[in-house]
Amino acid sequence: MLQHTPLEGEHLRLGATLVAFGGFAMPLQYGSIRQEHAAVRERAGLFDVSHMGEVSVTGPGALAYVQRLVANDVERLRPGAACYTMMCRPDGGIVDDLLVYRDDDGCFLVVNAGRHDADLAWMREQLPPAGVELWDRSPATALLALQGPRAAEILAPLTDGTDPLALRTYHHREAAVAGVPVRLSRTGYTGEDGFECYCDADRAVELWRRLIDAGAPSGLEPAGLGARDTLRLEAGLRLYGQDMDETLDPFTCGLGWTVKLGKGAFIGREALARLATRPRRQDAVGLRLGPRHIPRHGQQVLAAGRPVGEVTSGGFGFTVGGGIALALVEPEHATIGSACAVDLRGSPAEAQVVALPFYRRPPA
Amino acid sequence: MPDPRETSFTRTHEWVRAEGEGAAVVGITEHAQQQLGDVIFLELPTVGARFVAGDRFGTVESVKAASDLYTPVGGSVTAVNEQVASAPELVNQSPQADGWLIRLAIEGGWPDDLLDAAGYQALVAGEAG
Repeated sequence: MLQHTPLEGEHLRLGATLVAFGGFAMPLQYGSIRQEHAAVRERAGLFDVSHMGEVSVTGPGALAYVQRLVANDVERLRPGAACYTMMCRPDGGIVDDLLVYRDDDGCFLVVNAGRHDADLAWMREQLPPAGVELWDRSPATALLALQGPRAAEILAPLTDGTDPLALRTYHHREAAVAGVPVRLSRTGYTGEDGFECYCDADRAVELWRRLIDAGAPSGLEPAGLGARDTLRLEAGLRLYGQDMDETLDPFTCGLGWTVKLGKGAFIGREALARLATRPRRQDAVGLRLGPRHIPRHGQQVLAAGRPVGEVTSGGFGFTVGGGIALALVEPEHATIGSACAVDLRGSPAEAQVVALPFYRRPPA
Repeated sequence: MPDPRETSFTRTHEWVRAEGEGAAVVGITEHAQQQLGDVIFLELPTVGARFVAGDRFGTVESVKAASDLYTPVGGSVTAVNEQVASAPELVNQSPQADGWLIRLAIEGGWPDDLLDAAGYQALVAGEAG
């Protein structure tokens, strides 16, 4: 049984193709993924990502509990700041990647839709006997992501309670957008400037319509999961379930920068300390292919005529103009500049290991 | 030869129209472009390439996947749509008109196993079920 976001009616009215993702019926595209991708890079796009899971953590022990649960250092966050992190198992395997928002009275965690049930079960297992409560806000919370160079100018005239232009990245404030109370966060998953607006599910349609109307003169377009995937891949951003899972750790996945081994005890710390320094079986890389070669998830990476790894996420970068992939390869073949090939349906296509991200937005 | 106003279809979601004087034009169907999503590029044959009905004549790469293209009729390629090389989105926007892929000089006659419009609609409806 698929779940539905409060905005499904809007997507259907706009002609979206719906697909199942993370247990939800979600808009894949409204017209053309290429066009929605370009709209976000050049102007702005509006995404319904209400399928994501949101969990409030409250009580006197909330911060200490989250500090133990995740690998990044949340105790150094001031209220109003947020960070990207992973929850790991004792063996270092990744349970999920998530955002942690620090509030005055606890934390607000945002997790992947497809991991909602697994994450909540894990989090409940890790609860201390007292002093911490978990509140699953997911069904009651909608999330609209406004992304692109014009996002701030579209939002500013509609926003009360804070100035979006002054909100720093990975920071958040309570505000009202078009009169709708939101948690306004300067975060996103596209590689562009942008904002994520968390609101009550029953105000979602109103907020969506007001943003669509207000953004139209600036060239704002609704954008679906198809464009979300091509945009995030160009930005080198990972997708749980493709680029990482419980068999992989943050260091292997190239996300060691999110792990703060020095912060004190947390679940998986000992295993991660070993993985940080010991030679690993494989390392994450970015691969760049030519304009007529599109790598896909699961395809083999070849070097010196033999398999040395596998594509975890692959696709066509509409902005960079060629095939791009995140892959896991043997460490000897992970050096930037290394030549390799990807086996595309039986024929090898030339590829090069490149630094991530594939695309970096121009300075403002 | 069938009426040039009539479009015939294959079970692999290509269409063909007779163009008079033994010529045919071939492309992918509206249903195919919807299933594929945004077309990113196509591998198409060169003029002069020859095929038997049912041969693979190229590939279409979309956001979603790579798909092989099969010619409904046999013949030699007399023209390839140059526009779709620089504007592959044409195949999504107008798959059965401006987004045509190849023109052939028919060889081996007109196949008798192609679907008419009603037959193709029934095939698509059946696949959706």
